[in-house]
Amino acid sequence: MQTALNVLEAEPVRLLISFGAILFLVLNLAGILTMAERKTAAYIQLRFGPNRVGPRGLLQPAADVVKLFTKENVSPGRSDLWVFLAAPIAMFIPAALVWLVIPFSPNAVVADLNVAILFFVGITSISALGVVMAGYGSRSTFSLLGALRGAAQMISYEVPLILSLLGVVMLTGSLSLVDVVRAQGGGFWHWYFLPQLPMFITFYIAGLAEVKRVPFDLPEGESEIVGGYMVEYSGMTWALIQASEFASMGLMSAINVTLFLGGWQPPFEFLDLGTFNWFWFGLKTALLMFTFQWIRWSLPRLRMDQLMDLGWKVLVPITLIWLFVTAGAMLIFQEVF
Amino acid sequence: MLYLYVGIFMLLVSGFVATVLVLARLISPGRRSSTKAQTYETGETTVTDPWRPFPVRYYVFALLFLIFDVEAAFLYPWAVIYRELGVYGFVEMIIFVSILAVGLIYAWKKGALKWV
Repeated sequence: MQTALNVLEAEPVRLLISFGAILFLVLNLAGILTMAERKTAAYIQLRFGPNRVGPRGLLQPAADVVKLFTKENVSPGRSDLWVFLAAPIAMFIPAALVWLVIPFSPNAVVADLNVAILFFVGITSISALGVVMAGYGSRSTFSLLGALRGAAQMISYEVPLILSLLGVVMLTGSLSLVDVVRAQGGGFWHWYFLPQLPMFITFYIAGLAEVKRVPFDLPEGESEIVGGYMVEYSGMTWALIQASEFASMGLMSAINVTLFLGGWQPPFEFLDLGTFNWFWFGLKTALLMFTFQWIRWSLPRLRMDQLMDLGWKVLVPITLIWLFVTAGAMLIFQEVF
Repeated sequence: MLYLYVGIFMLLVSGFVATVLVLARLISPGRRSSTKAQTYETGETTVTDPWRPFPVRYYVFALLFLIFDVEAAFLYPWAVIYRELGVYGFVEMIIFVSILAVGLIYAWKKGALKWV
């Protein structure tokens, strides 16, 4: 038994297993989230939602995948084909790669980088590149409009997103996500969302904008620019873009939970499950993902100037002010922190 | 070693996505026609080429983003060792962020943040 476990820990095997596990996680997350999205929408609007395939429609994602696989891939005749086809890859990489550094439970982290937070910030900005590639490569007016809006929105919200993580870094004194979670041990009043409440809210809003969810879905804006940057995609290329959007929504929730809501730490110490603490991580992430979907069916879309105003004139000043407050408080109440 | 992990992972993921795309192309039907190859424009024939210059205000926001991104890159190492720096670090940071905040206020008053 012990030797078998040792083989699993040995290097090429561990890499392959973690690769398979993370790919499995990302693809299933995308499938389940599409299903959850449609069901949430249906129940909010007093409908049933998909209920034909399998019991209560639970096999709908599988049927969708089969359908999308057998659909024709149409690419516009005058598009820049290589850029057009590389865009789904450029979008999928950030959605899958950041899961490497997320601690699922006390010992389950694929690569405990000591610059994990910087890694997350750097890798997520690749998805803005994917949006621009998709819009520019398809050479269509709607696509380009969507891509430009997407670029403006994503780089604008990148600033509050990056600045809102600084408070957590200061309190922990480390950029490693494992250290961040360990520092939040011992009951939910030790989680960082309480001392860092404005930063937490800022991160949540900026995360919504970063994954292009309602009310920040201007790059897609299906009622005005009919899908934005993905209007020319069809079949599997479209499915990959959609999958990476849903996966990055899950990723943003997971990062939010890790940084502000205690990661795998249980809400009370007597609820500690040891190795099975991933349950708490999963539960919190799922709840956060549900709020993303809830918001989608409750709020209308913002206008472009409102979007930019919220980002630059509200969120950036809030993060800067709370940075001062955190630094000052840490200096004055040194024995508490 | 860990960074090698990340690099290999990146290659594997992009390889996986490329494989899926190739597979889908092999499985799915492919009947080309000139109508299908047209770009979508709500049923109209496209007259203009979308590859043309776009408004300059995107450039202003890109510049602002660049400034604040570099600022954040400087703030991260400071935040990691803030506890050791103490009062000295606090004062340093106030000076550093104030200069940038003045820049933001200047851009604000000049109307660079206005989206019209």
